[in-house]
Amino acid sequence: MADQKALFEFLLRMGDNSLILGHRVSEWCGLSPVLEEDIALANTALDLIGQTQFWLGLAGEVEGKDRSADDLAFLRDAWDFRNVLLVELPNGDFGQTLMRQFLYDAWSSIMLGRLMTSSDARVAEIAAKASKEVAYHVERSGDTVVGLGDGTEESHKRMQAALDYLWPYVGEMFDGDDVDAAMVKAGIAPDPASLREEYDAFVGKFLNQATLTVPTDVFHHKGGRTGYMHTEHLGHLLTSMQWLQRAYPGATW
Amino acid sequence: MYAQLVKTAGTGVKTREEMSDEERNFQDRVDRDEKIEPKDWMPDDYRATLIRQIGQHAHSEIVGQLPEGNWITRAPTLERKAILLAKVQDEAGHGLYLYCAAETLGVSRDELTEELLSGRMKYSSIFNYPTLNWADIGAVGWLVDGAAIMNQVPLQRTSYGPYSRAMIRICKEESFHQRQGYDIMMKMAEGTEAQRRMAQDALNRFWYPSLMMFGPSDKDSVHSAQSLAWKIKIDTNDELRQRFVDQTVPQAKYLGLTIPDENLKWNEERGAHDFSEPDWTEFFNVIKGKGPCNVERMEARVNAWEDGAWVRDGLLAHGRKKSAARTAAE
Repeated sequence: MADQKALFEFLLRMGDNSLILGHRVSEWCGLSPVLEEDIALANTALDLIGQTQFWLGLAGEVEGKDRSADDLAFLRDAWDFRNVLLVELPNGDFGQTLMRQFLYDAWSSIMLGRLMTSSDARVAEIAAKASKEVAYHVERSGDTVVGLGDGTEESHKRMQAALDYLWPYVGEMFDGDDVDAAMVKAGIAPDPASLREEYDAFVGKFLNQATLTVPTDVFHHKGGRTGYMHTEHLGHLLTSMQWLQRAYPGATW
Repeated sequence: MYAQLVKTAGTGVKTREEMSDEERNFQDRVDRDEKIEPKDWMPDDYRATLIRQIGQHAHSEIVGQLPEGNWITRAPTLERKAILLAKVQDEAGHGLYLYCAAETLGVSRDELTEELLSGRMKYSSIFNYPTLNWADIGAVGWLVDGAAIMNQVPLQRTSYGPYSRAMIRICKEESFHQRQGYDIMMKMAEGTEAQRRMAQDALNRFWYPSLMMFGPSDKDSVHSAQSLAWKIKIDTNDELRQRFVDQTVPQAKYLGLTIPDENLKWNEERGAHDFSEPDWTEFFNVIKGKGPCNVERMEARVNAWEDGAWVRDGLLAHGRKKSAARTAAE
């Protein structure tokens, strides 16, 4: 039996990543450059919110304190969120949104692939469902990054700027700590660092086609997945996301 | 349907004697309920009117994402957020079907977008009203989608094939939206005092704008007579409005909400409700750009289009490079 506290933390990390990114993507509603993108972004956000329901639902179950997925999403404050910083960063322009999506999707598709063989059947089941969706997400975000990177001079410039801004947030997805060690030991989840090689190869292939240059600086920001230090952006996101639940406690919606 | 005040092209219904052979043949097909397809002969005025009507409907679906988008980030539960996302995704999809239907009449999506952004083409007046509390999202589904369905169900039988087929698909999804909207209203009406207040407030603000969605009375309009003859309009605006009121009154009663109309009462003789007309001065003001949100809605669409230009150009340029490379390789 794995350490339940560590499993809870791990599930929060998974669920908070999809919740916060899903929320960010949903901010695009009705504002995309082209109708097909409105549909695709709404669809991506919808999938991510669906994945959140599974991850946070299981987290609440594992915690055993009778907290539902909604309780976890709407009634925790910023310090209790365990998403990586990458997903809470603002949308910026469409290029920055799609670059962030691609950098996350690439990690997510590899991670979910590994989780499909998790020793915890519940984790494996969620991963199997989610990986089908994420396979489509990464195909689309990858193609868009290539299209815009290798498009016009302006689109190239914008995509390079997006990559330069976001790259220092990529490394956090591969950081490990005691929680990860416990997950590895129980056979529930892989060591995050073990995903890096595959990630770099996968992402590198797309970025190369996109004629973009991967920054060489290996420094990376951290503090999201441990909850030690989020960005200032998260609090504002939670302020709108949690508003109704906070303003009218106990109501059924 | 989200088309109001669609000006019917032409001078009104022609008698059979006034019609050319082609026009007579066309009208006979419409009368026999045959579908008119893109390659078939059709009167220029029929084509022009359909482009206006389908275009306005498409634009309404697109602009209609905005008042709902206003609450996606504040939806109170994960399930509500997911349902709302699915709904706006459907709406963008409806826009897409309708632009495609319009394309079969010889007008491109970009041309229609240009017409919308320059203000030459309109979208439904309803989307110029704000969504101020969460119950508004319920009211939009219940009343606004309800009114839209009232109009779209008959249009599934419209004479123009691609439009009719788009309507059949859209109606299926819209009735799901309406049920979801009503479900939000039920939760609010059964909820806390604050929630009941939100629900009543939403009904107060959305009732008359929903009645306006059908447009002013057109029973004596020669233009409407032509659209009815062509079967691109199936019922008059008043008939649809009456049907909507009769359907909605018991639903409001079930929710324990009060429709903000002192004159609303059942008329035994007519077998229908009597009700107050909406303020048509307000309606024409909204149509002319003086609604509560016209400026914001147009600004949002114009910005989305202009800010997205580099994306469209970039993807187009990449597409050209790819096909050039393919040609070179052959």
